[in-house]
Amino acid sequence: MLQVRFHGRGGQGVVTSAELLATAAFLDGRHAQAFPSFGSERMGAPVVAFCRVADRPIRSHEPILEPDVVVIQDPTLLHQVDVFGGLGPEGIVLLNTERTPEQLGLRDLLQRLSGGRVVAVPASALAREHLGRPLPGAPLLGALATVTGIVSPGSLAAAIGDRFPGRVGAGNRAAAEAAARGVTEAVHA
Amino acid sequence: MRDQPVKFFQVGSFAAGNRLLEPEQRTVQAGAGRANTLTSGHRACQGCGEALGARSVLDAAMRATGDRVIAANATGCLEVFSTPYPESSWQLPWIHSLFGNAPAVATGIAAALKAKGRTDVRVVGQAGDGGTVDIGFGCLSGMFERDDDVLFVCYDNEAYMNTGVQRSGATPPGARTATTQVVGARAGNRFGQGKDLPRIAMAHGIPYVATATIADLRDLEAKVARAMAIRGARYLHVLVTCPLGWGTATRESIRIARLAVESGLFPVFEAEFGDVTAATPIRRRVPVEQYLRPQRRFRHLFEPVERRDVLDRLQAIADRNVARYDLEGAR
Amino acid sequence: MPRQLEGSRAVAETVAGCRPEVIAAYPISPQTHIVETLSALVAEGRPAQCEFINVESEFAAMSVAIGASAAGARTYTATASQGLLFMAEALFNASGLGLPIVMTVANRAIGAPINIWNDHSDAMSQRDSGWIQLFADSNQEAVDLHVQAFRLAEQLSVPVMVCMDGFVLTHAHERLEVPSTAEIEAYLPPYAPRQVLDPDDPVTIGAMVGPEAFMEVRYLMHAKQQLALDAIPDLAADFAAGFGREAGGLLRGYRLEDADTVIVALGSVIGTIEDLVDVLRDRGERVGALSIRCFRPFPLSEVRTALGGARRVVVVEKAFAPGVGGIVGQNVRLALDGLGVETRDVVAGLGGRPVTSASLEPVLTAALAGRLPPLTFLDLRADIVERELARLRAGTRSGPHAENILRDTGLVAGGVV
Repeated sequence: MLQVRFHGRGGQGVVTSAELLATAAFLDGRHAQAFPSFGSERMGAPVVAFCRVADRPIRSHEPILEPDVVVIQDPTLLHQVDVFGGLGPEGIVLLNTERTPEQLGLRDLLQRLSGGRVVAVPASALAREHLGRPLPGAPLLGALATVTGIVSPGSLAAAIGDRFPGRVGAGNRAAAEAAARGVTEAVHA
Repeated sequence: MRDQPVKFFQVGSFAAGNRLLEPEQRTVQAGAGRANTLTSGHRACQGCGEALGARSVLDAAMRATGDRVIAANATGCLEVFSTPYPESSWQLPWIHSLFGNAPAVATGIAAALKAKGRTDVRVVGQAGDGGTVDIGFGCLSGMFERDDDVLFVCYDNEAYMNTGVQRSGATPPGARTATTQVVGARAGNRFGQGKDLPRIAMAHGIPYVATATIADLRDLEAKVARAMAIRGARYLHVLVTCPLGWGTATRESIRIARLAVESGLFPVFEAEFGDVTAATPIRRRVPVEQYLRPQRRFRHLFEPVERRDVLDRLQAIADRNVARYDLEGAR
Repeated sequence: MPRQLEGSRAVAETVAGCRPEVIAAYPISPQTHIVETLSALVAEGRPAQCEFINVESEFAAMSVAIGASAAGARTYTATASQGLLFMAEALFNASGLGLPIVMTVANRAIGAPINIWNDHSDAMSQRDSGWIQLFADSNQEAVDLHVQAFRLAEQLSVPVMVCMDGFVLTHAHERLEVPSTAEIEAYLPPYAPRQVLDPDDPVTIGAMVGPEAFMEVRYLMHAKQQLALDAIPDLAADFAAGFGREAGGLLRGYRLEDADTVIVALGSVIGTIEDLVDVLRDRGERVGALSIRCFRPFPLSEVRTALGGARRVVVVEKAFAPGVGGIVGQNVRLALDGLGVETRDVVAGLGGRPVTSASLEPVLTAALAGRLPPLTFLDLRADIVERELARLRAGTRSGPHAENILRDTGLVAGGVV
């Protein structure tokens, strides 16, 4: 089972991201569970969402305390909320930023992740470019798919297309693909 | 049709005219074929204005709909005296649920009928003043707001009579009740702002609002018939004398209700979509004292000393009603 | 065909598939997605001939349901927490009048202090209301229970509440089979009321019943609930035959066969418990789990049979009776009366505090070692509680507990969840 935790702020589509990931996994023929953690809902407040993906039915509904992957949609949360809590040394972090992890003050985290990695994804920028709005969810998912292989790019694209019709869907898909390409290129660089 | 001997209980100059009218102009109550929806055997007090009012209202509703009415009744005198298990006085489909939910239950019945395509069957919700202006207020307002197809009737005897004459939001200022007692300088119920349900109903903009009393049963029946010809939320506020709670002689119930009208304290009018469309002029205006004096619940305003301060304020309320509804206008 | 969708949405689609004629809706977290989805479905004509009424309170919601059900309509509503309390008078009225209303309760804590997160205090507060109470341990079960609930309610003329954990299940997006209208139609016969408000055959419903008959009428409510103990397994068997999967029933055991210690729970926490049972079994412990799916009526003899062979029972429950202790525990002890089984109550997850394998494991280990006290509050911050109790002992004007705790700790609860 793979456990992913998403962090962001209300209005950034954090819950949607978790659901899209779950839908993509479902389209891949796997079992997936996505759910949010609630505070009083209002725009701008920190929001957490979870996604579990497995090949067998998932019977637990407890919050994910030891994620394998952490996705951070809003870097302003980095030093406000314990976004990396429970992440093990093999953990993977996807971070919506155009800066480097060092620039964001994450040196300690980098040291902790002996077997994992921190992947910076310029998700808001890509979203602005392909979608016209800085909604980082889809590009982060695109990068997540490439980095972890947790879902196939085709299923992710289909999930996005099902959820968002027309131009919005196309824009999100394009942003996701661009993010995926960017990650691959960064790895090869 | 249910034929039965017609009892001429309405005697006196004002009611005799019924027999002189053409059959189609007579009251439903005068006819042998009336539905008798609230039939005899119920346990109401002698002289109960609510029993008279309810029977008149429902028989008129049954006449208007070809006997196709379902009633939802709140807890209160009417419900208690009409259904002493295992007996029931009701000759129509009738449900009593709770004290505060008669309007909502009526809404539910209307919804079920609509879902089933039974638009021929109509719904009447009914309650006393407590179940309407106090505990049922929220549900009533919701029913009005949604314009549910319900005629809601309030039988207003101005206190929680069933439980022993406690004050309600409809209790007039100056009235003695079990919870607004005359102690020291206190003259019974305080002067608050009142809760004018007919005007509140009008403020909801519903298709039809009317007030009536048991003193004019033709008028009451006509208003029910008018209401049943309309679809949507409708409200009828009926003043009904309670001999026990008001401290009046049981044979005086109709006369007392008439005095309430003639004093101006209970204006009789109709409204549609928030605007008054008709008001019944007062034939012979009387000062409020004439209405209040026969009632033991107001006795303390006259004995041992006259409470002119309270009487003046009550007169002012009556004067305001007369002016507002133009009750002394052209005859 | 499985679909990936939110639990609330699946429940709403299933309820719509049961073709209610009147739906009364008042929103309250965490049930909102259910009524929102239903409003859209009804507007689309799915089902047709259905009136969706937006009411002004939960009291109105249940009252509208009462009127509609009495007039012969299949009727549904949903609520949680404060809403369930607000309609409490009407709950008793509905069951007393024998109206087969089905209601979803998206289990949520009851205030004060106000709390929107999951626990079972709402349903537990109404356990004596005369309603049948079914608890779903997963979203699939929540979906399937609603279909069974309409049939059960209408068969016995008793209202049924289907309880599902608020947020935890309602807002979880998962792989679910949503029954089709055709499948439901094959299982659920049309509503044929035993009593109905109809001008063609007038009846008086809701008379005042005095001392001479009240006991008999109330006894019959108890007797009808007892009938449910037989009906529920039958309906579940029928469901399995028609839909090809197991759902409902009174209880569900997990690895009970030779279990020495059994953990008992209601609702979705059983998923975590079963994971833990597997871990403990791998360690050689003879542990099992029992999910109680029907809480009212309480299946006394079935619980006795299921647990009678165990030496020890640990009841994990998401509500409690202040001044007494566990509620489910109480009921379980009643079932095990005289058998000498050791029972322990663990009150967990109040107000949405997560119940995790990590937090339960030490408690179960203690239970297995015979070190668990009769009543434990899981993850209780004893230091905070002690400070507040000290304040209470010291002065008479102690103030509200929740706010006082903040004065001591000086911060709002942090953490990821």
